[in-house]
Amino acid sequence: MSSKLPDLVCPAGSLPALKAAVDHGADAVYLGFKNDTNARNFAGLNFDPKAMREGIRYAHDKGREILLAINTFPQPGRVGDWQYTVDAAVDLGVDAIILADVGLLDYASHKHPQQRLHLSVQGSATSYEAINFCQREFGIRRAVLPRVLTLAQVEHVIKHTTVEIEVFGFGSLCVMNEGRCWLSSYACGESPNTVGACSPAKYVKWDKQPGRMDTRLNGILIDRFNDDEPAGYPTLCKGRFEVQGETYYALEEPTSLNVLELLPEIIKIGVAAIKVEGRQRSPAYVTQVTRTLRAALDSLRDGNDRYHVKPAWQAELAKVSEGSQATLGAYNRPWR
Amino acid sequence: MEQHFTIPKFRLPGFVAAIGRKLPQWPHGLALVAGLNAVLKMKLLPADDLVALEGKHFRVSVHDTGGIASFTYRDGLFRPLFSSKGEPDLAFAAHLSAYLQLLSRQEDPDTLFFNRELEITGDTELGLLVKNLLDAVEWPKLPAFPKLPLPHR
Repeated sequence: MSSKLPDLVCPAGSLPALKAAVDHGADAVYLGFKNDTNARNFAGLNFDPKAMREGIRYAHDKGREILLAINTFPQPGRVGDWQYTVDAAVDLGVDAIILADVGLLDYASHKHPQQRLHLSVQGSATSYEAINFCQREFGIRRAVLPRVLTLAQVEHVIKHTTVEIEVFGFGSLCVMNEGRCWLSSYACGESPNTVGACSPAKYVKWDKQPGRMDTRLNGILIDRFNDDEPAGYPTLCKGRFEVQGETYYALEEPTSLNVLELLPEIIKIGVAAIKVEGRQRSPAYVTQVTRTLRAALDSLRDGNDRYHVKPAWQAELAKVSEGSQATLGAYNRPWR
Repeated sequence: MEQHFTIPKFRLPGFVAAIGRKLPQWPHGLALVAGLNAVLKMKLLPADDLVALEGKHFRVSVHDTGGIASFTYRDGLFRPLFSSKGEPDLAFAAHLSAYLQLLSRQEDPDTLFFNRELEITGDTELGLLVKNLLDAVEWPKLPAFPKLPLPHR
């Protein structure tokens, strides 16, 4: 059996990362502007218009696509900033804009009817009804599913929509309540939806003590690592808390999603694109993850029958995983 | 996957750090600052982001060489700090191999951090900025080795 391979969509927070993604086999690269219109708004990260133009040229020269994430929610009194960013993205000639806010989807679909629009994972559409609504109202061509669905649920969505479906294939996991999570705001008053960053760095303190490291978020102790323990991102959902006398990861463990084992099934159910998380990571990460997933996908080009996950792929992905452990996330969970 | 030359994870023997710690530290600072200023001169770092480094005190420690470099950024240049007063605004600490893997873009700083091979203390946002500035540098391509004619058999 031979099915069409899903597109491999890789992250870039800088020009070298974009080039690494293209050079190592990404079909599309997603990125953001250097401001709070995207959910990886970190100091020194992302693209100014000059870098964006060069990145688009580089990708297009090699026949790859650029997807631009405008996936935060316009803040009161500043809707114009987000609309301006949509216009700028269209002017630059990106292949698609990834949007989360329905107001912005409405704006983009009316002002730029020819522009391909994707529904961001931050749009938090987990049902085909929500996706079909966005198709009918805003003409979205693709939706990125939140990481809460089992594989059977993903298949159910795909069967009931003509919108392309993109799922996450690798990267750090959080509580995965994408687009609806306010845990970061609870701790520091700012969250991805509002300022484009979860647990913004200015609130994070790594306190090194002999034999251990304390992580504080806006003064709140969220975790304590012994020197031999792997660390994770400083988010509330990955902290260890005392609950009824026991201290443990009460919400989510620092871990990464890795779907290598499920790739044949993901292809079989008709997923259009596989996304890699990590615009905040370095060109080294982009290189390692892109080339590994490219190799795995290419080995499926001629069908599923002889697919097996090579230990070298797993080793390469395990190395860059947060918490140094990988899971299949919700895809294979028994609950719904 | 193609094979490249890779820098392995290694630890220098303990005596290196024991000796290194007793040696004067200013040459490390001077060498690092010279390198950073060369990067500045090539305009590889965006001017907009450099503003945030103004007057900040940085410290880079190498566990297994015992070397410590302290420096600051002022008026458009990195400058060594020969007598570092108080805690730095931002401090990195790691073994030599981790720094080499970072600089050669072989390893991702977050990976090294997760694995506890890179310590970042002080102003976390400044640390993130520095990390991202270095990630965004487009290092000039080194000229390829000239192709030598194969010896005649």
